[in-house]
Amino acid sequence: MKPAQFDYQAPERLDELLELLADELTDVRVIAGGQSLVPMMNFRLAAPELLLDLRRIDELERLELGGGELVVGARVTQARLLRELERDGRWPVLAEAIRHIGHPQIRSRGTVCGSLAHHDPTAELPALAVALGARMTARSSAGTRQIPAEEFFTSYYENALAPGELLSEVAFPAWPAGRGWSFQEIARRRGDFALVGAVATVDRDGSGAAVAAARLVVFGAAERPLLLDEVDELLRGAAPDAERVEAVQRLVAETVTPVDDAHAGADYRRANAARLAAAAVERAWERSGGV
Amino acid sequence: MSAGQVHVTIAVNGEPVSAAVEPRLLLSDFIRHRARRTGTHVGCEHGICGACTVLVDGQPQRSCLVFAVQADGAEVTTVEGLAAPDEPLHPVQRAFHECHGMQCGFCTPGFLMSTVALLEERPHPTDEELVDALSGNLCRCTGYRNIVEAARLAERLCAEERVDG
Repeated sequence: MKPAQFDYQAPERLDELLELLADELTDVRVIAGGQSLVPMMNFRLAAPELLLDLRRIDELERLELGGGELVVGARVTQARLLRELERDGRWPVLAEAIRHIGHPQIRSRGTVCGSLAHHDPTAELPALAVALGARMTARSSAGTRQIPAEEFFTSYYENALAPGELLSEVAFPAWPAGRGWSFQEIARRRGDFALVGAVATVDRDGSGAAVAAARLVVFGAAERPLLLDEVDELLRGAAPDAERVEAVQRLVAETVTPVDDAHAGADYRRANAARLAAAAVERAWERSGGV
Repeated sequence: MSAGQVHVTIAVNGEPVSAAVEPRLLLSDFIRHRARRTGTHVGCEHGICGACTVLVDGQPQRSCLVFAVQADGAEVTTVEGLAAPDEPLHPVQRAFHECHGMQCGFCTPGFLMSTVALLEERPHPTDEELVDALSGNLCRCTGYRNIVEAARLAERLCAEERVDG
């Protein structure tokens, strides 16, 4: 239960870190909060040769929500973002999701970008990034590029970062007034990764009686968080009555590709992904209001 | 200092402790073997049991999920930092004592530090917040009922202490 040996560097400048990260001959891993990486190293499931710590790079502390969108740098912890969101009141679905991550001892060290880059498909933050249409910024010694969240999560514990790239920040689009939301998950114990979960947002149109836009993501039911594009078409232009909600539930059951594991069977995950998705859509509608 | 070692200084309960360490040394082992503060217990060593919870710069963290090199320059508070041997117990310790918020006692230092951190952040937590804060600590004796009662008494004792100044 002790990690294998490794070298450690904590550069003060981002360009210095990106140079070190570009070394193709060394197995390099970036560490920020380490709340997923250190357990893997303690088990020796991960044994990097070089660990690059972000702790001294101040520009990665960036946390901005004044200008409409919410920008979260790679060093921002989940606890810090949660405190900020509770003060601000916007992005309430993100705050609710963060409360489901691990425990206070994990959230006080674990980072938002770290959880995104780690991409456990049953984790809360990747689902939120997809549901809210977040934009990820990848930095490398060769330059900067933006990756939409929908393309960032590729498969179990895999993401779209190329070797040498760092997820330096994530930006969540502005949160419109009146947007309804819901976050639902089933976990065996408080703080566990979800067995399955769903995130929905609903915006009403000018009349207040119909859906203008809806987004639904289910997680823990496939190799990555699944955005169900058809839900917007199914719900737009009317109130989500029982028939429409049932159609969403059927769609989810037909779309997800869960697997059996030690924690739950595929059938259980499929049935509950569908059930939670329907509940999430209904709750998001209830919470939404006229603009 | 041999190759690959890193020199770190960590303030443990206000006392700076300097050592040359391998990068792979966990903060929990630094606290126990270098700072010689053995009140911090190590249970699972992979971030599940919470026994090794300490405060790092005031925040509750699992010391088995932090490398000592990452805590260079940090202020760490362990259970020994709650009250010196010749001082009265910290109100949270008193509450756990009075409510018998323990059975074998192995998990107790972690529960104490989690409770201290909770009451610093939220002096009057809701039931939901209290259970959330304690859910990251496991008691293999399953003595949770008294632990939750102790945390509630600790809330009152801490509040009284603030009033009395």
